[in-house]
Amino acid sequence: MSFTFRHLLGTEALTRDEITFLLDQSRAFQGIQKQPLKKLATLRGKSVVLAFFETSTRTRISFGTAAARLGADTMNLQAESSSTQKGESLVDTARTLEAMKPDVIVIRHAASGAPHFVAERLGIPVINAGDGVHEHPSQGLLDALTISDRLGRMEGLNVTIVGDIRHSRVARSNIHVLTKFGCRITLSGPAMWLPQELAQIAPNIRLEPHLEEALDRAQVVMVLRVQTERLQEPALPADEYIRLYQMTPARLALARPDAVLMHPGPMIRGLEIDPAVADSPQSCVLEQVTNGVAVRMALLYLLTGGAPGSGATG
Amino acid sequence: MPAREKTQLLNAAQTGRTIERLAHEIVEKTGVKHGIALIGIRRRGVPLAQRLAGMVRAATGAEVPIGILDITLYRDDLSLVAAHPVVQSTDIPFSVDDRDLIVVDDVLFTGRTIRAAMNGLFDLGRPRRILLCVLVDRGHRELPIEATYVGRQVETRPEDVVEVNLKEIDGEDRVLLERAP
Repeated sequence: MSFTFRHLLGTEALTRDEITFLLDQSRAFQGIQKQPLKKLATLRGKSVVLAFFETSTRTRISFGTAAARLGADTMNLQAESSSTQKGESLVDTARTLEAMKPDVIVIRHAASGAPHFVAERLGIPVINAGDGVHEHPSQGLLDALTISDRLGRMEGLNVTIVGDIRHSRVARSNIHVLTKFGCRITLSGPAMWLPQELAQIAPNIRLEPHLEEALDRAQVVMVLRVQTERLQEPALPADEYIRLYQMTPARLALARPDAVLMHPGPMIRGLEIDPAVADSPQSCVLEQVTNGVAVRMALLYLLTGGAPGSGATG
Repeated sequence: MPAREKTQLLNAAQTGRTIERLAHEIVEKTGVKHGIALIGIRRRGVPLAQRLAGMVRAATGAEVPIGILDITLYRDDLSLVAAHPVVQSTDIPFSVDDRDLIVVDDVLFTGRTIRAAMNGLFDLGRPRRILLCVLVDRGHRELPIEATYVGRQVETRPEDVVEVNLKEIDGEDRVLLERAP
């Protein structure tokens, strides 16, 4: 098959075949991360706008690295320094960026749906780099690539995701990828972060507030970052979260012995994860980062090649 | 539009003998002393490189490493095509530094594929030499590139199509020339 998408806005609308295709393409770019010379001229003369209306270090650097390795130029917009602070609307900012004639725009925004809104109004491909509590599709793809590299397959795995699921776009994008491969997803975390409707977003989802139960037979354990600003009394103090949900060696031992441990970063050692777990051989946190560049190279390569106006919206 | 006329340039036996002769020329002229490696360009360069390596091994006893090169990311026409072609992995599981690399492809035409291949190889290191072995040279170069080893030189017009079939991919060995009307 070939890739016919004009945008990458989420993983929910992708089919299993499309995800498989994207992962295969990403594998071709994994080899480049190991070459002595990692710079290609493939997208020479193309430009990528990184429009981050919400702070980000790793995702922005990852997309920037991917663009640089393909030979594309990047233009950075950061919310702190931009005219959005001066009251410009999203659509005006986007149109201004488009008028500079970039070939693709990578957008992160605190509002769910902002990349879709921009994609509908601009004539260039849009990649969602995280929108509110909705999706972070490149993270879902890089996690899938990491799982499939470590375990040799993605089909039918038991996957446990721990933390603030309610506010996690990473969890949503992962759920939409993994359930298409028949994975069984167990979501765990404090009740306030585990709303019932999460069980409805895809098949094979189970909510289990007791972490020890949730880890039983898990082959993949994903620990989410705890956004400290969301940890407030009286809802749940940090020491209580640590006591009930921190991923410790003893808890990880409840999963399958060959289970892989993932974290989208940035990790807060001592809060959601015990340093001994973060540095254990089961941890593939750094592989996730390396794979992130490969996935984003594949996305930039594919989306900058599409004929304008062709294809569906992913 | 009148049908294109197809003629067979090489049958199965002739194709096999041509590859055999290329292997012997590689052994005679380049030799295996300096540690050669064969680099097959996807797609039909790969089975060709595998066959040549087997023949060189049979003649000299030397194991010749084989690498697989996908040149998609190095193409010079990506901005001209509507959709970017699918990228496949490059798999060169050895260091190219200080080695004699013999790039293998089925047809040499404009030379642009070979230019792309050389760029790809230099991203992996600094080979001692790069040589080129092709089954068919059909002329019409657009770059100053020539093959070291040529199986068959064929007179063509630019609009003609030279089609190489190999057992491993196409089920049979043969070379066809499709004349433009």
